[in-house]
Amino acid sequence: MNKISGLETIQPAVESSRIQRRAARQQGQRWRILLDKLAGQGMGAITLAACALIIIVGYVLITRAWPLISTRTPGTLIFSDAWHPSQGEFGFWAFIMGSASVTLLAMLIAVPAALFSAIYLAEYSRARAVLKPLLDVLASIPSVIYGLWGVLFVVPLVRDHVSPWADRFLGDAIPFFANHNPTGYGLLSGSFVLAIMVFPIIVSVTDEVLRSVPQGMREASLALGATEWETTKLVVVRKALPGIIAATVLGFSRAFGETLAVLMVAGNVVQVPRSLFDAVYTLPALIANNYGEMMSIPMYDAALMAAALILLVVVLVFNIMARLILIHLSQESKA
Amino acid sequence: MSRSQRRKLEERFFKAVMRVSLFGALLILSLIVFTVVQKGFRALSWNMLTQPSQGGYYLGGDEGGILNAILGSLYLAAGATGIALAIGLPVVFYLHAYLGRSPLANTTRLVFDVLWGIPSIVYGAFAFLLMLEIGMRASLLAGMLTLALVELPILVRAMDEVMRLIPPDLAESTYSLGTTRLELTRILLRQTLPGLATAILLAFGRGIGDAAAVLFTAGYTDAMPTSLSRPTASLPLAIFFQLSSPFPSVQARAYASALVLTVMILTISLLARLSLRQFSKHVIR
Repeated sequence: MNKISGLETIQPAVESSRIQRRAARQQGQRWRILLDKLAGQGMGAITLAACALIIIVGYVLITRAWPLISTRTPGTLIFSDAWHPSQGEFGFWAFIMGSASVTLLAMLIAVPAALFSAIYLAEYSRARAVLKPLLDVLASIPSVIYGLWGVLFVVPLVRDHVSPWADRFLGDAIPFFANHNPTGYGLLSGSFVLAIMVFPIIVSVTDEVLRSVPQGMREASLALGATEWETTKLVVVRKALPGIIAATVLGFSRAFGETLAVLMVAGNVVQVPRSLFDAVYTLPALIANNYGEMMSIPMYDAALMAAALILLVVVLVFNIMARLILIHLSQESKA
Repeated sequence: MSRSQRRKLEERFFKAVMRVSLFGALLILSLIVFTVVQKGFRALSWNMLTQPSQGGYYLGGDEGGILNAILGSLYLAAGATGIALAIGLPVVFYLHAYLGRSPLANTTRLVFDVLWGIPSIVYGAFAFLLMLEIGMRASLLAGMLTLALVELPILVRAMDEVMRLIPPDLAESTYSLGTTRLELTRILLRQTLPGLATAILLAFGRGIGDAAAVLFTAGYTDAMPTSLSRPTASLPLAIFFQLSSPFPSVQARAYASALVLTVMILTISLLARLSLRQFSKHVIR
């Protein structure tokens, strides 16, 4: 009896504590869910803000460049090489051609070598496990170091050996090889340094693309009696072609925006280059060299920001193109 | 020459071309490192590493070293990596715990890939404009913030790639125990910690070597970096500004800076890759 009556008195207490605990647990549950949602929204907002950076950068550059863009026609801005900031003449043609020529020549030097190297790494080499990381480590060398090497090694080489030789043997027949610039700082030096710089990037991406080609395709080709090179040429490279193009485009946009390495060796004279050895002035070099004076001449700041804007637009277009190709490829290889 | 002989010849020829291009390029790349080491070693001395610059960074006196640039670069890159991490970690968690495998996640990846491609000089110009807007001078803090912009996409994409190595079953079994998405991030963090260290090292290496972004925003000075609101020297700019000096003693500082920077970067890069290999050895795929 005593026990039962004891229980009776205890029972409601147990019941109530159970309810309390359940309520507490529910509240805890609700709190956890709320926290989960809040944190999600916070992190989502940070992600969105980071993604919006592209638009913000573009917007800020456009608003600062607007005084110049809105008062000049595209013809006088882009296709004119009259660059006289103190007289209010801002034609970017020399800089656009400077950037384009240095980058294109760099790609002409780098891409074939990078392609062959990537094919060797992905298809032939047994030392890939060593060579690939080595290449990646070398790819992390900062651009200023490439510039330093350019000044110490490439520029003297071009000045003392390459340009006199080319001028003597080819200069009269082909104006492109004529040498009017005895310093060595110019188009060839700039593009060679750039080519060495983007080489590891192109090799790295191309190698990944080549390795994503299914092994079965190679085996089928080899089984039909093709040699390794024929398999590479007719099957692997053909299959990987869009990816190789994407790798090249990525390298191009990296080279196009490179600042200091080019600035240090390209000579920086405002002119459309006519010869391999002429000094060139690129868009990034223009910005880097003149930001100090940009407040002292009217419209100069708008002009520099317009240069940054041109750079941004070109790089964005090329980058988005390349990335879309690569995404398409990776989805295809999964399917 | 028979057909099969020609095919064999072609095979050999192209194999030779490939070898020449790969080893030629590797040779040139090692030549760069060699040049820097050779020039830098001659310029290096105890004073060089323990004294700040004296007498101007272009015209320069004979005394002084590059301690201001070494410390400046370390502060800049460390601060930038910290800021980038504070922004990047939530982004990566959001990508993996909240977006999962939705198409939105891939779009976000695309955006960060594109952000990665924006040249650092454009970030520099952008940050310079913002600084003008709010009346901020070139300073250590401004340099850190700008470098953080440069590092953020690298950090996010590298951390993202590491987290993608986690098998999807892990998230599913965690959910089945009744965790929320927020609580899953703790599991994700613990699983990928060594890989995240690699990503942080890579971002740090990129930040310490970048010159164009700090050119307008951190400025350059001979003084030691003592305050967030004062300009600071950095190794890449120490090379850039002092290399063209007509004075050998100032040039020597550029060479020493180049050596110090190269050694730092190669060490960081090597460490990053070694730790990644160590890490991915134990990953179940």
